[in-house]
Amino acid sequence: MLRIHNLHAGIEGKKILNGINLEIKTGEVHVIMGPNGSGKSTLASVLAGRENYEVSAGSVEYLGKDLLDMSPEDRAREGLFLAFQYPVEIPGLSTTNFMKTAVNEIRKYRGQEPLDAVAFLRMMKEKMALVNIDQSLLSRPLNEGFSGGEKKRNEIFQMAMLQPKLAIMDETDSGLDIDAIRIVSDSVNKLHNKDNAVLLVTHYQRLLDYIIPDFVHVMYNGRIVKSGPKELALELEEKGYDFIKHEVGVGEEA
Amino acid sequence: MNTIEYFKEHFDQLQLAGANSSLGAIRKNAFDVFSTLGIPTTRHEEWKYTRISGLFNKEYNFTVNPLTTSFTTNDMDGLHLPGHEQANELVFINGLFSFSLSIIRSPQLVVLPLEEASGNEYKNIVSKHLGHSGQYLKDGINALNTAFAYGAVFIHVKKGQSTEHPVYIYHISDARNSNSFSQPRSLVYVDENARLQLVETFVTVGEQESFTNQVIEIIVEKDAYLEYYKIQNDESHSSQVSTTHIRQVGKSYTHSVVISLNGNIIRNNLNVIFDAAHCESHLYGLYCLKNEMHVDNHTVVDNVQPHCLSNELYKGIVGDNATGVFNGKIFVRKDAQKTNAYQSNKNILLSENASVNAKPQLEIFADDVKCSHGCTVGSLDEEAQFYLMSRGLSKHSARALLLQAFAIDILENIKSEPIRLYVEQLISKRLEIDTV
Repeated sequence: MLRIHNLHAGIEGKKILNGINLEIKTGEVHVIMGPNGSGKSTLASVLAGRENYEVSAGSVEYLGKDLLDMSPEDRAREGLFLAFQYPVEIPGLSTTNFMKTAVNEIRKYRGQEPLDAVAFLRMMKEKMALVNIDQSLLSRPLNEGFSGGEKKRNEIFQMAMLQPKLAIMDETDSGLDIDAIRIVSDSVNKLHNKDNAVLLVTHYQRLLDYIIPDFVHVMYNGRIVKSGPKELALELEEKGYDFIKHEVGVGEEA
Repeated sequence: MNTIEYFKEHFDQLQLAGANSSLGAIRKNAFDVFSTLGIPTTRHEEWKYTRISGLFNKEYNFTVNPLTTSFTTNDMDGLHLPGHEQANELVFINGLFSFSLSIIRSPQLVVLPLEEASGNEYKNIVSKHLGHSGQYLKDGINALNTAFAYGAVFIHVKKGQSTEHPVYIYHISDARNSNSFSQPRSLVYVDENARLQLVETFVTVGEQESFTNQVIEIIVEKDAYLEYYKIQNDESHSSQVSTTHIRQVGKSYTHSVVISLNGNIIRNNLNVIFDAAHCESHLYGLYCLKNEMHVDNHTVVDNVQPHCLSNELYKGIVGDNATGVFNGKIFVRKDAQKTNAYQSNKNILLSENASVNAKPQLEIFADDVKCSHGCTVGSLDEEAQFYLMSRGLSKHSARALLLQAFAIDILENIKSEPIRLYVEQLISKRLEIDTV
């Protein structure tokens, strides 16, 4: 589904990603862990198409297409979804109103008829129940005055509405207490199936108590320095990121 | 036109015709003021950013005789605002009030020529309040309107009455055959415990240029309620100086929304005078500008008496080569303790050539008051735009939704449903076209 090859990218002349290689297949859950500043969020931003990042080398193939050649909106329309680390607050725009526009623009792109008000409401209700979010939150201005947990749930709700093929979740667990992490994780588990894939970006292992990944990748200095099964996360938790730094350091010297 | 001489000629004709009118003296005084001050230039502090002198360099047909207009009921087709079937419709043609084109549905409403009101039982009200705006607008253009307060209208909403039908005022410029200059004048008296919903709009018919210098003065008595909407969506060859002077003479409530969407040069003066304690006023404005448009909103809230509340929010979306001006004054006089006065002006610039000049001005002479003002000028939030695009919205839709969201807290303050829907439609249409 996603094949990242030797990706180099940066922002304002500063290099952050130094040759990322990663392959994600349909049905898989991948997690990228790493210390602060290792480039995790940059990778998520580059994949979603954030404008101010410059790709200097490498390629990203998504569903057989050149992802880097696509506009942010076309990436979304092709089924890529980024759950933001810091969801934006937009006074004056309700989630409902915004989702209606989003769903219908994506349908138009795919050559489908727009949903009428009734069909849209039915879809809203179904997804609200699925991710356990309250109607009142969705009628309010987007994320304005929402708690950290409410913002992240709103992200998951949007993900449920848009039914992405590849969901990239950028530090969705950051700033959440244990209860909120459980609720968000439950929803992600419900939305994940054999036809889609999830890429979790996180700093902490604790999210993995609730979402079981197929692969764990450790990122350091803009590169994936170690990949392994879910047990790798436990090892990281036990030994801390210093062990990776040490291992990478040794490797480079050899 | 050679301004002062040109108007002097017309003025003399008019005064000859109505020399014995009780308005004659008021007009004469005003003309003297105009002769002294002339048309304001950008050297005048209140006109620093708005140049109207150029508008006077053209030839206009300045109608002083109502018989010369050939505007008929049929010509009104297509000009009505939504909800007009239920409204009292008052029509000015080239600045002169037309009884034949107006429709009055509410028995609570008295509509008279100002000349007549100035001589009958309303005499004292007219003499006390007509021209009060001149105390605040010390320039020749306000005086010019008063000097030609002819074909003007007086409106009375009777004591304890509520007009279930709103009042729509149409300022129509008939520019089919020649450039049109017009000076509509109204005096509105909202009596004790009465309610009025008033909508003013400007329409130019024809391809020639129009310039309207309009003044409405509204007196709001004790326990009265006024909702006021001004909708400016005229042609790009029409300019306006439009003055709304609201004087709250008893404990009362007023609410105004000024929407400017199309025109050439527009100058709006909105004054709210709290001449009684415990008054409240809410002032909203939205200007959505494109091309070469120039819109200037000057507002004054004068707290003469204590315990009053004013809340003001003006927002601007300025694109292309357009210019927005906001000047908001709040006066708190010595006796106006416990005043609460809030003001905010927010602007989004859509292009590099768009500009906004914003100036809040607070003059506070009392010591126990709460006042605030704030002003922002910025561009559309890029992060918000990316957020929406990352959900599949095109750049165009993302920008349109963000601008709509920006405007919404003004639009939701239009309490008249047909007018609100109408303005919302105009804005949606505008955003579709302009953000492509």
